[in-house]
Amino acid sequence: MSGHRSEPYDGREGEAGPAGPLVLEHRVLKSLLGAWALAACSPAEAEAVEEHLGACGPCADEALRLREAVGLLQRPESLDLDPGLRTRVLESCLERRPPRIPVPEWAAAYDAETARLDALLQDFGDAEWHAPVRLRWYEADEASTRRTTVAGVIAHLLAVDGLVAVALGLDDPLGDVRAERPTPAARTEAYWRASRFPPTRSVRAPWREQSHHLVRTVSFTGGGTGWLPVSYGDFELPLHDAMLDRAFECWVHAEDIAEAVDYPYEPPSGRHLHGIVELAARMLPAVLEHRRLHGLASPVERRLVAAGEPGRSLRLEIEGSGGGEWLIPLDSPAAKGSAEHEVAHIALDGAEFCRLAAGHVSPREAAVGQVGDREAIRDVLLAAASMSRM
Amino acid sequence: MTKKDVPPRWDRRMQQRLARGEAAALGELYDRFASLVHGLAHRVLGDERAADAITRDVFAHVWQHPDTYDPKQCPLRTWLAALTHRLAVQRLRTAETAALARGGPGTTEDLERKVRHASVAARADYIVQSMPTPLRAALELAYFQRRDYRQTAVDLGVTDDEARRRLRLGLQLLSTAHDAEAPDTPPGIGGAA
Repeated sequence: MSGHRSEPYDGREGEAGPAGPLVLEHRVLKSLLGAWALAACSPAEAEAVEEHLGACGPCADEALRLREAVGLLQRPESLDLDPGLRTRVLESCLERRPPRIPVPEWAAAYDAETARLDALLQDFGDAEWHAPVRLRWYEADEASTRRTTVAGVIAHLLAVDGLVAVALGLDDPLGDVRAERPTPAARTEAYWRASRFPPTRSVRAPWREQSHHLVRTVSFTGGGTGWLPVSYGDFELPLHDAMLDRAFECWVHAEDIAEAVDYPYEPPSGRHLHGIVELAARMLPAVLEHRRLHGLASPVERRLVAAGEPGRSLRLEIEGSGGGEWLIPLDSPAAKGSAEHEVAHIALDGAEFCRLAAGHVSPREAAVGQVGDREAIRDVLLAAASMSRM
Repeated sequence: MTKKDVPPRWDRRMQQRLARGEAAALGELYDRFASLVHGLAHRVLGDERAADAITRDVFAHVWQHPDTYDPKQCPLRTWLAALTHRLAVQRLRTAETAALARGGPGTTEDLERKVRHASVAARADYIVQSMPTPLRAALELAYFQRRDYRQTAVDLGVTDDEARRRLRLGLQLLSTAHDAEAPDTPPGIGGAA
């Protein structure tokens, strides 16, 4: 090796005499000007070029220009844009010229969260795309996990966002791939299985294209289609809730990804977090009912409550940005939450509540301030965790 | 779904959608070009907040006046870079002039030199970002990773001849950043406001 180093140039381009200077033809000298300006040729070649510059005007002019150009090479500026800038810029634009076709309010969180995740992916190299990620959720009140990669998570988002695409009459990203059941998990597994190789960075473009397409399509169909049902296989959500749910999933999985590659990642803006918490709060009574029917929630001395009448309630107080208070009727989804019939009160941070609902913290370990009926509290926390899925 | 929209078509459709007042199009425009716009503005102004402000102004301009962009003239990307450049240089000049008027150090010549320097630096950034990938990759290896041209050739899987050609051509393109007042530079990107 060292012998090679001391005599790296084999003279293919000219003749290097054992002692004399390198002699190169004009064509070769000219072609070396770029490498010379960048100090990327051998000392012998550099010497030959410099010798030549003293004698050749055109080459000397070019050499000067190229040297100056090297001075203009700079490391690209950091590409990490403040994610809040997007919201500020767009809002400022829309104030100056109100849109004829706005993005519906209920799709704004999805729009913002997909943009945030996409910005996180921006500078990922292969190492990041293939970094292992452990998806976590609760199933039958037990913590479940599934191993995948960063690219696998994006494939998962692509496959499940596809449920909304299908409901809107857009192409199904699964194409000809058949899922055993039309559920988020089955669709994801089918999508993962269908490709011969593990997902790569190439999944980013179709995911992003679909997310842009969804925002665009719901803008056109407008507020009126907010109630269009979106099927998740085992249940349905109206479109406006499905878009909030997808925003929630996008954030949760962006956090999974950020954790896997050791990047910081913030919760959504207060306004969007509020929408997500509210969706979960609205879904809780039905989830409680479902769990009761399957013997997963305490049967309690259940008083029959007529639809629309006030019933036993738990006060859910969400602190911090995006927070608020919700009265969750405990005995029937048809009952009305009521302050007079409040039997328990829990207080927790908005992001913590979302992590609970995402199955990322156990109901026993969640940082919750609690007062009142312990059984009711346990039921609600378990119900919140049970809303999580792969 | 339109999988591979060729740029001119994408540009044309984007312009129509903006003209129609589609907020979702504005979001997509931002997602595609914000880092270009912000990066150029930052190169000129060297300040995060000022670059944020230029980013806001550039997108506001496109949103309010989508018809000032003509897809037949040049790619949307070039046009946005030119607009960013113009607004950023304008802001720099205004700020420097105000500082000078307040009795700050330096002369009008210093100011002009500073503006010209920032302007050339931003143009150079844009040229590097827009040049064909093989040229950019060669420069990246030779300059930032300190590879000589033979190593660069090996890394890129090309002949020594080709590596030398790419380095020279890349620098030739880059050197046009100095040709600010050349009349045939793309609209706006040449003129230092």
